[in-house]
Amino acid sequence: MSNGYHIVVCAGIVPDPLQTLEPVTGPQGPALRNEMMLPAVLDPWAAHALYEAAHLARNAPGSKVWLVSLSPKAKLQQVMMTIAQKVPFELVALDGPASGFTDAGETAVALARAIQAIPGLDRSRLLVFGGWESASRGAGATLQMVGEILGITDQFQGVDALEIQSDGSFRILERIEGGVHQVSACAGPPAVLGWATGTLPEPPNQPQIGMQNMRAIMPALQGAQPAGLAGGKIEFLEVRIPSVRRETQVIKDLSPEEIAKEIVEWIKE
Amino acid sequence: MPEPDRQQMDVDIACVGFGPAAGGFLITLARRLADRDGPALASRMAPGMPLQVVCYERADDMGFGVSGVATRARAIRESFPGLDVSEIPLAAEISEERILYLLDPYGASRRPLLMRFADRLIRAFPRLFRCDRDAIELPFTPEFLHKAGGLVLSIGQFNSWVGQQVMMTGAAQIWPGSPVAEPLIEEGRVAGVRLIDQGVDRKGNPAGGYLPGMDIRSALTVIGDGPAGPVGRKLDEVFGMPEGHRRDEWAVGMKFVVQLPEGVDLKPGTVFHTIGYPEPEIFGFFYVHPGRLASVGIFVPSWFENPARTAYRYLQHYIQHPYLWRYLKGGTLRSWGAKSIQESGRRGEPYLAGDGYARIGEGSGSTNVLTGSGVDEAWATGVLLAEAVVDLLEKGEPFTRENLERAYVGRRRRSWLEQESRVAEKARDGFHRGVIAGFIGMGLTGLSGGRLAVPGRPKPPRKRFPRVEEFFADRIPRGEIEKIRQECAAQAKPLHDALMERCGWPKIEYDGKLLVSHQDALLMGGKVQAPAGVADHVVFLYPKLCESCGTRICVEMCSGEAIHPGEDGVPAFDREKCVHCGACFWNCPEENIRFEAGPGGLHSAEN
Repeated sequence: MSNGYHIVVCAGIVPDPLQTLEPVTGPQGPALRNEMMLPAVLDPWAAHALYEAAHLARNAPGSKVWLVSLSPKAKLQQVMMTIAQKVPFELVALDGPASGFTDAGETAVALARAIQAIPGLDRSRLLVFGGWESASRGAGATLQMVGEILGITDQFQGVDALEIQSDGSFRILERIEGGVHQVSACAGPPAVLGWATGTLPEPPNQPQIGMQNMRAIMPALQGAQPAGLAGGKIEFLEVRIPSVRRETQVIKDLSPEEIAKEIVEWIKE
Repeated sequence: MPEPDRQQMDVDIACVGFGPAAGGFLITLARRLADRDGPALASRMAPGMPLQVVCYERADDMGFGVSGVATRARAIRESFPGLDVSEIPLAAEISEERILYLLDPYGASRRPLLMRFADRLIRAFPRLFRCDRDAIELPFTPEFLHKAGGLVLSIGQFNSWVGQQVMMTGAAQIWPGSPVAEPLIEEGRVAGVRLIDQGVDRKGNPAGGYLPGMDIRSALTVIGDGPAGPVGRKLDEVFGMPEGHRRDEWAVGMKFVVQLPEGVDLKPGTVFHTIGYPEPEIFGFFYVHPGRLASVGIFVPSWFENPARTAYRYLQHYIQHPYLWRYLKGGTLRSWGAKSIQESGRRGEPYLAGDGYARIGEGSGSTNVLTGSGVDEAWATGVLLAEAVVDLLEKGEPFTRENLERAYVGRRRRSWLEQESRVAEKARDGFHRGVIAGFIGMGLTGLSGGRLAVPGRPKPPRKRFPRVEEFFADRIPRGEIEKIRQECAAQAKPLHDALMERCGWPKIEYDGKLLVSHQDALLMGGKVQAPAGVADHVVFLYPKLCESCGTRICVEMCSGEAIHPGEDGVPAFDREKCVHCGACFWNCPEENIRFEAGPGGLHSAEN
């Protein structure tokens, strides 16, 4: 494609996966204890989508990547300080909760409106990327609804690979049950791709990219409008985290067979 | 290996490390840069652009790997007039301050004769001394120890909050997860910094995705990477220290952040400073944050000569002291961490400025060793430098040694920081004669405004620590120590647990919530992480020296058990467990550990 793609990556933020999460019920409904104090990261599924988007953009001259995020802007700013060094993108920020205790439909409407408002966005070149599932305790349905609101019918979920064919069409590998991929062909944009892990490693930090990105990120954050989620459409009857049993062992150089055997024995107990 | 083709970026000001000092520097500078009423300060490195200011932080986020403090916060408050403390998560006005002398409920600590006598007296007349759960509150608190009017802060949350303020000005950029490997020194001038190589194996050899660390060239390099930071230490190595200045005194600070159990109604801002337990040389603290959270921890100083100097085990005993345990029992560990503290104060002050560089923060010798205060002092150094930088920029003067000496060092010398650090300079010398002499010395210095002190000669840690057999000679027969050595070696364990239990310290009964194994603390509280693709930041330089080392303090003191017994007596290093406290390099009696910059470490900002 000569003019490249307009790739919009929808990405929420989640608590750093190493944190201890504790659900609490506050005046606004369910929440996590100290959530605003916990460090956050870009939703790992969506982060993969961002790296894939940047990779695709780099190989298709004329392409551009936007990152659309509905998150508390103070936390989003923190996350940007890490992610902005990875790949070039332009941020579209919506200020709102990223707790996952929100209605996926409302979130999708807010994201779709933000995408529609991006100046110069060419729908004929549009690819909407995001995480297949959400690590933000969302329903995992948001991306699909964003696509529906935007009227994009070519949707793929659990994507591990997107290959551009010589005629500009796409060959897409989606994860399906049984550890295999479903191979789809798609004529081209517009399309929605919910990424699984993709195939790319996390890019190294590149200070020049960071400097360049941040010049536009800060104004975007400063101008972030409230997402306007009204709430009330969804009621949480109970929130709890799965019970865990911690038994730490530190053993070096154990073979995979031995590890597997030990896990099986532990499950049997 | 030929020098790789490195990318280069030009900025006006490059700052190394984002701690309280860099916070003070950046907020002061960024506000001025964002102030449209003042004359514009344009970039010289990127003509037509505003001044380009970047700060590179080693840790994976702005507030990782730091600690809770009680601080007078004079300089911090000056930077934020009318500060609404509730804006800063986990911050509280200091509401109550107690200094406690803790008795030893087990009789296992090494107390000097005078202290043992005092303990007996207290126990004989508990009502007279108002002894409550093996602790007495000192009847009066000398002014110099007070933090009245100050703040209890989580530095993790405070740094995050400050970082947000800085970034929102749009005038400076802070980049966490970006360790700086070394300064760029050209003909005696600091010309910038070099970031670490990425895409390398653990020994630093190029591997998949190799990206040589970028050279960040700057007109001014601001070094605020703390006492263990590799950039500051490299400058000390190259430029030396001023006459008579040395860094002989250190401590490891280790703390838990605890969710206090329901029913504990300690007021936010409550502060306990403790002495006497778990060992007489070890100071302790207990700070109450809002939300029923508390920071509780200890400082293990270099003048505590036990070579099996485990801060973690001592901290577990500390929190179980009856006076503290009544608040902590049933609590949950939320976070945990450790750091090295430079305890030489003004005597550890390096050259504060040179051509193209200036030093701020703890690594610049700003910690007040009398008041035990470092955060506010570090913040003040940053503010003073920012004022100096603005002054020079407005006059169009370059960042030469002479100009920085005049504008920054001169300001510092005229500040309260300098006056107070001079008062404090000899405050802790007495500890080199013994713990009682140390306390007397601190009292004398504090009460006399620095005119009196108990003399003592600080020695570097490497010359302090005896062998295990020597230190425990009065408690454990040599043959038994050898047996303990063999048993621990067979299990690849450090010695300290076995030695302490042999000396009467009770076994730790884990409750799975607050009393947990060291390894569990890494996962539950420290949340330690180490990314791939970078070189190990702890390197044993000459394995032969390790083989012949009789003490292996590095294994005993390691805050995360990242250094553990390895093959042939050479310790092994697991960076996945390292909290980057930096205590290994200054504890090593052979000076055989290279401590470099690396990403990862603690992943908690509730510190």
